[in-house]
Amino acid sequence: MRVLALHLAVIAALLAAHFLLPAYHHANVARVMVLAVFAMGYNIAFGYTGLLSLGHALFFGAGMYAAGLLVVYQGWTAGPALIAGLVGGGLAAAAVGLLALRTAGVSFMIVTLMFAQAGYLTVLYFGAWTRGDEGLVIPAAGRQLGPLNLSDDGTRYLVALALFAVALLANLALVRSRFGRVMVAMRENEERSRMLGYDPFRTKLAALVASGLYAGAAGAAYGVMFGYVGASFAGIQYSILPLLYVLMGGAGTALGPFLGALAMFYLIDIASGLTTAHLLVVGVALLVLVLFAPRGILGALRERLAPWLP
Amino acid sequence: MACTPTRWITPRNPSDLEAGAARAPAFALVSLGPLLLLALMEGLVAAAVLALTAVGLSLVFGVMRVVNVAHGEFFMLGAVSAWFVTQWVPGPPALAFAVALVACPLIVAGVAALADTLVLKRLNYNPEATIVATIGLLYIIQQLALSLYGPDARPVPAPFTWRLQLPWFGYSGYKLAVVAAAGAILLAVWLFLRRSRAGLVMRATQIDGETARAFGINVDRVYAGVFALGAALAAVAAVLIVPIQQAHYLMGGDPLLLSFIVVIIGGLGSLRGTLVAALVIGLSDGMISMFFAPTLAKILATLLVALVLVFRPQGLFGGRA
Repeated sequence: MRVLALHLAVIAALLAAHFLLPAYHHANVARVMVLAVFAMGYNIAFGYTGLLSLGHALFFGAGMYAAGLLVVYQGWTAGPALIAGLVGGGLAAAAVGLLALRTAGVSFMIVTLMFAQAGYLTVLYFGAWTRGDEGLVIPAAGRQLGPLNLSDDGTRYLVALALFAVALLANLALVRSRFGRVMVAMRENEERSRMLGYDPFRTKLAALVASGLYAGAAGAAYGVMFGYVGASFAGIQYSILPLLYVLMGGAGTALGPFLGALAMFYLIDIASGLTTAHLLVVGVALLVLVLFAPRGILGALRERLAPWLP
Repeated sequence: MACTPTRWITPRNPSDLEAGAARAPAFALVSLGPLLLLALMEGLVAAAVLALTAVGLSLVFGVMRVVNVAHGEFFMLGAVSAWFVTQWVPGPPALAFAVALVACPLIVAGVAALADTLVLKRLNYNPEATIVATIGLLYIIQQLALSLYGPDARPVPAPFTWRLQLPWFGYSGYKLAVVAAAGAILLAVWLFLRRSRAGLVMRATQIDGETARAFGINVDRVYAGVFALGAALAAVAAVLIVPIQQAHYLMGGDPLLLSFIVVIIGGLGSLRGTLVAALVIGLSDGMISMFFAPTLAKILATLLVALVLVFRPQGLFGGRA
């Protein structure tokens, strides 16, 4: 009850922010909410199931390009394109998972990294359609979600909030379900879970596919909402960012990805105002987190003050 | 690991134009033979540099079980510091280059030892945490290079400009010297590991760190030394290649990817496998990128690596699991 109230309060606060925030931050928070959906997906794999993937940019990119290419070349509108992105991310995750989950630990990290790199290069290779690094601009028709026009700032914020809310509540339901507990069991002790009769491969594959669905939906939403699809979104940096968000907010916490995305986004934003070297901030943040705060903000909070946090 | 959509280790320096100029009419005029010879020589240069870089990565993984994602940045640091050294040292290019060849690996080794002590040691060499930490190092080193060195690619003059004149094309003598130097350094590393006491200590730590510690070996120092040695090997490779390929702050991406490919195909932690794989991959890279689109070659190579790791984790050449 307390948990549900907390999450609903966060959603309500974001709704209130829609009316209160100045335009610049309003646009930023809309972006952060979409990125937070991506990070939530990453958290399902990494935070709850213990699968440290370095290839989530592939799922994000798969969703983004599934939506973007269909919009640009087939004239789809935003609604079907979002569903295509969701499916694209899930399929990519299933394909990668079927192979990569035969490995574990460091090998899993490298295999996912390599698959994502191959995906990124594939985007560049088919530059005739994807226009490579230059990217594609989504036409106005593709940014029409039913009666809603996504190029309007206010509408975009509310659609991002709706997506975020659905993702957050689904995440909450997932991790509190029986399956969610099996996922955590895989993270904590795979051998023991196997002995208790759970199939590690199937559990991890399902978790990875769920993670890919989130990433794909976020990728598609990012494309149609902000009107641009480019190869850089499939690059290695978009595999590292969700890891960073989740580490910062707290791995294995439902609100951690959002908190981490928000904190990191503003950290980079402020740093870009001071210096051009904003990647330095990413690097230092990674080091500091992994050295001094491996549990992240909410992880530390849960340990000390609020053990009931999901 | 920012991958520029250019070629891999193959040269892109104006000083190499003669080989390139020979390449264009070669398609039209000369038969396939000289073209294959040129590809073979280019491949040998790529393989030599790749072998040095990859042995460094392999050594670090073999002894410390650390996947060093920042390895390519140590490579870049070697090249960039070589540019600074050749700017500061007066006199003929050969002297400046010789100074760079000695000083730069030492500088990079120092940076690596510092990173090991300040970061990796405090993580207890946990494999997953160290990967995240070395990703952080990658970003930090790359950004510092961008801030201090700038976004331009800058050339370093070769120590000598002698050319080997073949019947079909002229070939840079320096490139052949690179192959020879890389061979000599690899031999020295092998002798160091096999014959010296320090090498024995490293191998003992690789086989069983706990027992080594029980026998009074300072494992922390061994780890710092191995990490520094691995970084220094990447730096040496970079100094050797920098007269052929200019120094740039993003140049670490491709060597990192290729070294990963080599180390994995050769079998993680197996030095002999690494050498064989470096030769095969370097040569085939030289060949493939001469006849096919480099991006396609890269896609196939990364997929191959992923599949090797999935289906044959001991590597294609490594017998030892």
